Amino acid sequence: MPTPSHASFAKAVAAVAWKDLAAELRSRELVSAMLVFSLLVILIFNFALELDIATRRSVTAGVLWATFAFAGTLGLNRSMAVEKDRGCLDGLLLAPVDRSAIYFGKVLSNLSFMLIVEAIVLPVYSLLYNTNLFHPGLLAVILLGSIGYTAVGTLLSSMAVQTRTRDVMLPILLFPVAVPILIAAVKASGGYLSGADMQDILPWLNLLIAYDVIFTAIAFMVFDYVVEE
Amino acid sequence: MQSKSLTLKALDIVSLILLAVSTYLALVFAPTEAVMGQVQRVFYFHVATAWVGMLGFIAAGLSGIAYLRSGDPKWDRIEVAAVEISLVFFFIAIVLGAIWARPVWNTWWTWDPRLTTAAITELIYIAYFMLRQGIEDPDRRARFGAVYTLVGAVSVPITFMAIRLFRTIHPVVIGTQSAEAQGGFNMTGDMKIAFFFALFAFTVIFVDLFWHRIRIGELADQVEQLKLKVMR
Amino acid sequence: MIEVHKLTKRFGLKTVLRGLDFEVQPGEFVALLGPNGAGKTTFLRILASLSRPSMGKVKIAGYELPGQAAAVRARLGVVSHLPLLYPDLTAQENLEFYARMYGLTEYEARITQVLEMIGLEPRRHDLVRTFSRGMQQRLAIGRAILHDPEVMLFDEPYTGLDQDASAMLDEVLKTVAAQGRTVVMTSHDLARAEDLATRFDILSRGVIAASATRDGLGKKNLLSFYKQALAA
Repeated sequence: MPTPSHASFAKAVAAVAWKDLAAELRSRELVSAMLVFSLLVILIFNFALELDIATRRSVTAGVLWATFAFAGTLGLNRSMAVEKDRGCLDGLLLAPVDRSAIYFGKVLSNLSFMLIVEAIVLPVYSLLYNTNLFHPGLLAVILLGSIGYTAVGTLLSSMAVQTRTRDVMLPILLFPVAVPILIAAVKASGGYLSGADMQDILPWLNLLIAYDVIFTAIAFMVFDYVVEE
Repeated sequence: MQSKSLTLKALDIVSLILLAVSTYLALVFAPTEAVMGQVQRVFYFHVATAWVGMLGFIAAGLSGIAYLRSGDPKWDRIEVAAVEISLVFFFIAIVLGAIWARPVWNTWWTWDPRLTTAAITELIYIAYFMLRQGIEDPDRRARFGAVYTLVGAVSVPITFMAIRLFRTIHPVVIGTQSAEAQGGFNMTGDMKIAFFFALFAFTVIFVDLFWHRIRIGELADQVEQLKLKVMR
Repeated sequence: MIEVHKLTKRFGLKTVLRGLDFEVQPGEFVALLGPNGAGKTTFLRILASLSRPSMGKVKIAGYELPGQAAAVRARLGVVSHLPLLYPDLTAQENLEFYARMYGLTEYEARITQVLEMIGLEPRRHDLVRTFSRGMQQRLAIGRAILHDPEVMLFDEPYTGLDQDASAMLDEVLKTVAAQGRTVVMTSHDLARAEDLATRFDILSRGVIAASATRDGLGKKNLLSFYKQALAA
């Protein structure tokens, strides 16, 4: 008889993540929605801010992160909605695994979707504005910021999806508590893009890492309370 | 249904007296500040109400954890009371801050770390109530409330540090030396009396309101229970 | 196999199950009947470990809920009226996913076996979104027996099925029962229940109001037994 063990925790995490990625590979609904939305947001910023080249440089980091934040909520919402609508969340909860395995699996797949979208938006933005965004530091910041965002976002979307006002609820819950990530990510990204000193950027990187660790730990501890009845 | 306990009634009276005395101290007793004039008096209440907001914030965070660990609905009632009080008092503090800022720095809002963090905390509180509104099952409502309180309680201090870091790296745009709540003047002895008395008075007021609000929560639950009995 | 003692479930101030007692021997097929809102789904969710009892003891296959929930889940197969299947994956992929989640190794042969049992082997590489409701329900059963559970719970499995699909589901259920598994099924369809079950329990007003085995029914038919139990 199968019994839960440490080995099957990792397997369960991998199974959940794989399941989301395989389904998405086939339908491509989520990523395409996030992508189109991102490009539209950049378009809106383009006309809303109407900048000359010099000013534009200083807001690139902000525009990018605003875009990622909005598109991110789309993905987080959709990812959980699938589970809720077809009762699949129950299917996951029926399995003899730790609830947190479901959490980590979801975080992995949500993170992957966000990174895929970011990986496409970056070159597009570079082309549109003729700037080079392929700085390894910037890529690291995007990774760290996305990790923190999906760690908290996955927890909060698990709650939001169970309320009446489902779609609207997630951004309302997420944005105020994700402020530190946004500040740190924008500052660090901007720092790398403008070639600032490492000592100016380092505190922001530390903040991002600290946030990621703290909130992943918290989410891991409280996820049970969010899915159990 | 129990009527207000004697202690609570006494506390009500004490709170009113303290509020009156504090108002006198702030508006009459304390000397007028040299540079800013009369409007500086707002400062006494601004800090005191922000202080109450903080007390509520901490109470909310702790009761959230207590609820998750024990499942006892009384912690949920305490948590809701704490969030409500904190929401109201931070709002008052923000408004008083604006009233103070306008004549002194010619702006309604300063993006200083404390004020900004208070505003973000308000948004978290509003999100908290919206979350609870959208859930039918009382047990789930309490659990989700507690989880979000915990998430909020941890993120707010981090937010404060982030904004402060933001400000040290980028100089204050407003053009004053310090946008801090206490910046801009030194307190004389009499001012200190008014200041600390306000803190004390508002702490007592906080306890009074907190107690009242928790009591209302209990009474509301009792009403629900009686309603269900009658409907059967 | 299933022991339930004084099970109480409250949602806030509303009590749905009141000190319910329930016992099932290995191999029995119990049809759980009752009017809408009686608490059948709530009860089944508690047995399925998806919901926690407010009070009382629940033991399945020798393990207690909620303390030993993981051990219970490994021995439990659940089919609800929602398919619990992923529409963008094939039948095979859905079963592979659940095999992994249940910690099964070398599951390829088992998956083929199950697919054949439910008559979906030819469609194994088709996306679940192309399946009819009846086929999805059969696949849902396949998912539930993949890990060879001792106990199976069915919550209104015939919901939304047409005649042909229902007949097929009958066959699958009979096979499942013949394999010696313990089954608890809730249903509105008394005729079907009469056909399949070895025992009939009526859930009314939060407790088991009446219980009778197939032999015990004797001359009475199920409908009159049901009406009698509810009138009491």
